[in-house]
Amino acid sequence: MTELGSLFLRAMFVENMPLTFFLGLCTFLALSRRVEAALGLGVTMMFVLGLTVPLNRLVYDLFLAPGAWGWAGHPEIDLSYLALLAFIGVIAATVQLLEILLQRFVPAIHAAFGSFLPLLTVQCAILAGSLFMVERRYDLAESAVFGFGSGAGFALAVIMLAAIRKRLAYADLPAGLRGLGVAFLLTGMLSLGFSAFAQMVTS
Amino acid sequence: MARPALRQTFLSPLIRENPITLQILGICSALAVTTSLDTALTMSVSLTVVLVLSAAIISMIRRHIPVSIRLILQILIVASLVIVIDQVLQAYFFGISQRLSVFVSLITTNCLVLGRTESFARSNPVIPSVVDAAGNGLGYSLILIVIGTIREVLGKGTLMGQPVLRSVEDGGWFVPLNLMLLAPSAFFLLGLLVWAIRSALPEQVEPPAHTPPRRREAGE
Repeated sequence: MTELGSLFLRAMFVENMPLTFFLGLCTFLALSRRVEAALGLGVTMMFVLGLTVPLNRLVYDLFLAPGAWGWAGHPEIDLSYLALLAFIGVIAATVQLLEILLQRFVPAIHAAFGSFLPLLTVQCAILAGSLFMVERRYDLAESAVFGFGSGAGFALAVIMLAAIRKRLAYADLPAGLRGLGVAFLLTGMLSLGFSAFAQMVTS
Repeated sequence: MARPALRQTFLSPLIRENPITLQILGICSALAVTTSLDTALTMSVSLTVVLVLSAAIISMIRRHIPVSIRLILQILIVASLVIVIDQVLQAYFFGISQRLSVFVSLITTNCLVLGRTESFARSNPVIPSVVDAAGNGLGYSLILIVIGTIREVLGKGTLMGQPVLRSVEDGGWFVPLNLMLLAPSAFFLLGLLVWAIRSALPEQVEPPAHTPPRRREAGE
């Protein structure tokens, strides 16, 4: 239990997706202009990562891992090079399914967060969650915790950046720095702050 | 298409419409691989190859793609190309592919590739699409090479593994800046680069989010 807890904190703070691995920066910068948009993106990321990482773990173990076809009498088959295609497929399907279900059963949530869902199919951070899960050999429970943790970390970072950018709206910046330039510098400072968390969880 | 137009398609993404600094595409992978120049070069070459090939393929079959499933189809084409590149890197450049870790696979979801195929290759003939893809790939490479060079020279005192600035340990004068190898410096460098480009090309400057109310001058 404590191991899972420290894995969650590690995924959320120490190995924060946008701030230490530069993942998902495109949406991170594009949607951090308004706090409401940032909140929506963060919540959606948390759910999609928390769902797709364990799902991909199952797909990898059942179909792709070396020796996974042993039950059918073909233990020599190794399909792990297809992982990328399978993961993209699972992510696209999950996102579509989630969107349809939300639209049908909880239209209020769909109206608030639905517009972010299609974006997430091509989000680097979502795919990277699944790829890291294979590279670091997490089991099913660990994958779920890792997915939720990284999603929460992404949400935290994007909401913080949006809040700071909102405060800066009235600041008199040099013309060339307005918008994108200052967003990069702010992200750098956030990332500097988050690197202090590196000592918090020992692996 | 006339020749000047083709040349324009090729040259404009290099600096003027650079995919990273203006279009905000493909930043995700750009920063993670720039701690040294050789990984930055490998990544640039891989991305340019994938971008050019996928633009060529998609523009060849552009009349046969149904609109409703075009995204899935484009992702599948890109993912297949990325798998090939990944296997080639693992076979011939194993050390570098280990250091690039998941970032080669992440070319699949690089917004740059999908952005160009979606906005250009899907509605243009093969040759302009390939030229556009090559231009964007080179614009991306340019930024990666600049940042990779700065980070490796200042962070380790080397370039492509060859010592450039003699460090204190070898009897020289240069103290490596470890911060350059960490994540924050990449953000700072890219921010400053954006600032530099926008100072040189003022038409790229974004309008201010709010204009302060004008102070009433005396006698107005």
